Amino acid sequence: MQETMQSVMSVQNLSLLVPELWLSIGAMVLLMIGVFSGPKSTPHVTGLSIALLVAACAWLFMKEEGGLAMNGSFILDPFARLMKIITLVGSTLAIAMSVNYIRRENFEQFEFPVLVLTATLGMMLMISANDLISLYLGLELQSLSLYVLASINRDSVRSTEAGLKYFVLGALSSGMLLYGASLIYGFTGQIGFAEIAQAIVGTDRSLGLIFGLVFLLAGFAFKISAVPFHMWTPDVYEGAPTPVTAFFAAAPKIAAMAMLVRVVIGAFEPVTLDWQQIIVFISIASMVLGAFAAIGQSNIKRLMAYSSIGHMGFALVGLAAGTQSGVNGVIIYLLIYMAMTVGTFACILAMRRKDGMVEEISDLSGLATTNPIMALFLTILMFSLAGIPPLAGFFAKYFVFVAAIESGLYALAIIGVLASVVGAFYYLRIIKIMWFDEPADEFVPMAIELKVVLGASGLFVAFYVFFAGLVSEVTATAAASLFL
Amino acid sequence: MILTAIFFYLFSGIAIASAFMVISSRNPVHSVLFLILAFVNAACLFIMAGAEFLGLLLIVVYVGAVAVLFLFVVMMLDVDFAELRRGYLQYMPVGALVGLIVLAELLMVVGGWVTSPTATGSVASPIPDMADVSNIEAIGNVLYTRYVYFFQLAGLILLVAMVGAIVLTLRHKENVRRQDINVQVARDPKTAIEVRKVESGKGI
Repeated sequence: MQETMQSVMSVQNLSLLVPELWLSIGAMVLLMIGVFSGPKSTPHVTGLSIALLVAACAWLFMKEEGGLAMNGSFILDPFARLMKIITLVGSTLAIAMSVNYIRRENFEQFEFPVLVLTATLGMMLMISANDLISLYLGLELQSLSLYVLASINRDSVRSTEAGLKYFVLGALSSGMLLYGASLIYGFTGQIGFAEIAQAIVGTDRSLGLIFGLVFLLAGFAFKISAVPFHMWTPDVYEGAPTPVTAFFAAAPKIAAMAMLVRVVIGAFEPVTLDWQQIIVFISIASMVLGAFAAIGQSNIKRLMAYSSIGHMGFALVGLAAGTQSGVNGVIIYLLIYMAMTVGTFACILAMRRKDGMVEEISDLSGLATTNPIMALFLTILMFSLAGIPPLAGFFAKYFVFVAAIESGLYALAIIGVLASVVGAFYYLRIIKIMWFDEPADEFVPMAIELKVVLGASGLFVAFYVFFAGLVSEVTATAAASLFL
Repeated sequence: MILTAIFFYLFSGIAIASAFMVISSRNPVHSVLFLILAFVNAACLFIMAGAEFLGLLLIVVYVGAVAVLFLFVVMMLDVDFAELRRGYLQYMPVGALVGLIVLAELLMVVGGWVTSPTATGSVASPIPDMADVSNIEAIGNVLYTRYVYFFQLAGLILLVAMVGAIVLTLRHKENVRRQDINVQVARDPKTAIEVRKVESGKGI
């Protein structure tokens, strides 16, 4: 008993959790500020939550050491650090982009930034989870916050519907995940990832374990909205308020993907052949559905939903390879995907006429004459999403496909490239509408924070080729830390 | 020993009888009350079997929260239970058959129970000897030390659930008159009473 007390309370242990502690205590303090000073405190709460996220991000940048904490339930390695930084940047930008929307749409709810903070905290815990219980708890903390965020505009029928749909399907998927986790625990007697790997290595794989693995992967596929568990995505993206959609697209998928990578590489490395088939299937299905279903969309938020399904499929190509270079590809893909998505949503949030927000693709027509700079940046982002060189999106796809070919998954790589060609159609259609169609009414001028986010994202995507080497170095270290 | 047997049969008899009453009583409020009785008796059975923690949990969670919630729902919602109950006898044989099949399956599962030898050898947190510590103590020992991280995370999840419920449902209405003690105490005869002269033979 004495020993457990010491290991729980040692300072070295807690020092790895500093960003998580900041976020959790900060979220509670901000909640109190909001409750006691009413709706007028929303701008302050928003500002302070951005400061908290930036501080957590800076701490992760500075802190070099890593290791296990909380009796091995929490791990901070280069992979966790990098994924946390990407997630935190996504969350920060999502809150920053909401400032103008909140002011214009009378969306004065201080709970919005607080719930984004708790969701981000859940994501960080998911990324750092090193056993099945901490994984599930982090996932639930994140999901529960997201359900509330989806329906936070409670007077709108569509927002409420989005929240309800997300909640019901999400609860079902959590149940499947939990069932899978309990089967895995039952057949190995272990909850820690490393211990599970130890328990199954060298033994005959049991049917129960494979069953558990399938259920676990079904739960993960829902969280990253991969086909066949993608049904909620278009409705939730369309129904939720646009800043919430931006947040949904940027941060949670990165965290869920990081968790998926850690589980299959860390715990199920001995049964790689079994999970590889599943990942290959959901990857192909997501890429194909993402490419074809997006063609008929007229609402840009729905289009982005199908686009995100497709992009998750491409990222899974790297994971299907199951090698270190494959994981490296996944990390690069997620980083670039986050940058492109945030920039695109900055444009969608800027689609505002005098009488309110618009979200049809046809509303963008002739943007090149009414607002040439926005049109230029959106064009860069669309080319990048389509994967056209020398923009960042091309390199993202390049690394995952190379990893797949190195592992001999030729069919997967070929289908991926074909899906990418089909997908290019609808991105190019937006560009055509912006540059060659009759100009529609002008949008109101873009808010300053949207300009900053769009500019940063556009420049990152356009000039990625110049610092690609630097990024690859960092991601290679992160990927290597999973294969020790 | 004989006393234990008497109590066992008492509790299990009442539990089965009240479970039957849950589905057969006419008034839905009575059904919920019988459900609570069934829960309490099941909790007593748990405690007799040496699982005090489960027994107390059953009372706190199921009787304290779930059953009271049921009671609220039953009283608040306008459900025509007589309508729901129509054709009850008609479905009885099918229901009984399903019940029997489930019973047979449960017996088969319990009868064929084997714990995997690899799993017992390597459990993450082995069960201590029940002769030394009671099971509440055993759970408490690991819950607040080794698993304190999970305990705190569960607390955070419950906080988010509470915040979510308030965000989505609480509405501050403008014209609702709430009790404000300060205002009530600060009233004096001058503001509270108005004296009017009424002429005789006329109303106000």
